[in-house]
Amino acid sequence: MIQAIAFYLFATMMITSGAVTILARNPVHSVLWLILAFFNAAGLMVLAGAEFIAMLLIIVYVGAVAVLFLFVVMMLNIDFAEMRAGFIRNAPLGVVLGVVLFVELFVGILVRSAGDLAIGNAASVSAVPAGLSNTAAIGALLYTHYLFEFEAAGMILLVAMIGAIVLTHRQRSDVRGQNVSKQVARRPEEATINVKPEIGKGVSL
Amino acid sequence: MTPFLQGLGLPFGWAWTLATIIEILLIALPVMLAVAMVIYADRKIWAAMALRRGPNVVGPFGLLQSFADGLKVFLQETIIPAAANKTLFLIAPIITFTVALLAWAVIPFAHGAMLADINVGLLYILAISSLGVYGIVIAGWASNSKYPFFSAMRASAQMISYEVSIGFILICVVLWAGSFNLGVIVEAQKGFGFGVINGFWCSPLLFPVWVMFLISSMAETQRAPFDLTEAESELVAGYQTEYSSMAFALYWLGEYANVLLMCALNATLFWGGYLPPFNWAPLYLVPGLIWLILKILFGFFVFSWVKATVPRYRYDQLMRLGWKIFLPLSLLFVFLVSGYLMLIGHFA
Repeated sequence: MIQAIAFYLFATMMITSGAVTILARNPVHSVLWLILAFFNAAGLMVLAGAEFIAMLLIIVYVGAVAVLFLFVVMMLNIDFAEMRAGFIRNAPLGVVLGVVLFVELFVGILVRSAGDLAIGNAASVSAVPAGLSNTAAIGALLYTHYLFEFEAAGMILLVAMIGAIVLTHRQRSDVRGQNVSKQVARRPEEATINVKPEIGKGVSL
Repeated sequence: MTPFLQGLGLPFGWAWTLATIIEILLIALPVMLAVAMVIYADRKIWAAMALRRGPNVVGPFGLLQSFADGLKVFLQETIIPAAANKTLFLIAPIITFTVALLAWAVIPFAHGAMLADINVGLLYILAISSLGVYGIVIAGWASNSKYPFFSAMRASAQMISYEVSIGFILICVVLWAGSFNLGVIVEAQKGFGFGVINGFWCSPLLFPVWVMFLISSMAETQRAPFDLTEAESELVAGYQTEYSSMAFALYWLGEYANVLLMCALNATLFWGGYLPPFNWAPLYLVPGLIWLILKILFGFFVFSWVKATVPRYRYDQLMRLGWKIFLPLSLLFVFLVSGYLMLIGHFA
């Protein structure tokens, strides 16, 4: 009973906030509705018994990705009239993308109902370890059976990260940065001298 | 409490709902009271270190100062700037305040005494604390004013930076305890140091991790010396600049509730939570709640002490500390801790 109420609450909220995300006029409001959609998705995950995925969804998407979205969108200087003109021009493309995504989702559900998904060949599918909490179960499969896929994904992300840093990094010669280790290593002897000049002679630096 | 209410003749569903509501009140109300007293304690400690008297007028020793302040802001007018985004402007402090209370659900107050005994307790805390940034960012944007906006920018960058290293630090603890459940983590600390000391802090591998956690938690809660989001010499009052009355008070309370939460987390993860500091039978006669409160208060004293003595960081120094020092160091310690645990066959 309470599960059904919670499910319909989360599901309705998620679809509504998803719809408002694309309908909202203010981009910052859009991002905030998107965050609400993420949040409700996490609620659905908890209902499905996947509490680990639910927490990761909040930590990664709500806690990090959406903050960066918000960060960027808040700083954009958006011309609303121009954006609305773009909406009409890009609408066909958006419709095509939406149809493609919907069909893919539909095919995915069909495949899922046909049997368990297999990476590689069907024989290589390993059973979900019994008697473990789902955090431990994910770990037990990810770090043994799917180790290669996991590490490959990690390498791809690493390369992407290095690529992004290389593309955006630039050496600026016109600013003086702080060299902390140099500052810390500096001693009074090398920074100051104690001189006693004769009267009327002055000091040469 | 559910079995007790069932004993009174209630069906399970109603008994569970009622019990949960009572338990939430049992946690939230004392936390709010503790926040009021801790604000007073903070001002007293700060004053003592500056050789001042601090609040000493309202009530004996000024004990009622926080309540007087609360009454004062309650009676003030709520001013909403004309250019502000009204809804978001009012939602933002509510988010900060709610999030500060939510995370207390998984803190164990005694053996088995927590509101939600879930397997992913620590991840839940990480998830909830990552929401804290929204209260500030939304306030900064909705105020439609320059200084709050700068403050929101700083806050989001600062909190994301330090969450990364906090994540790695928590992984070290989780590796050693073998669970994300905070109750199990506390029990794993029983007699951890030579069978005598209760607490992860005494391990040479985890002590540096604890130090990093303490500093990162100060940055995460925007306490001095990392209070750049409300640096009054640069940003007036940061994201709170446009706030008045109860909306301002909600930020104030939420901020201190967050500090208390970080102290509670510190006590639970590294100082043995509700366990006594030493694994000696007579010490177990004192209730676990007392030990936990003492540890939280000691943690809070350290926070106030740092606030009173350390000058504010510059923004680039803060970023440097987070990304160039804590991130590689905490990653190194994940590597060292897991390597050591593999070596001694901890997971076998």
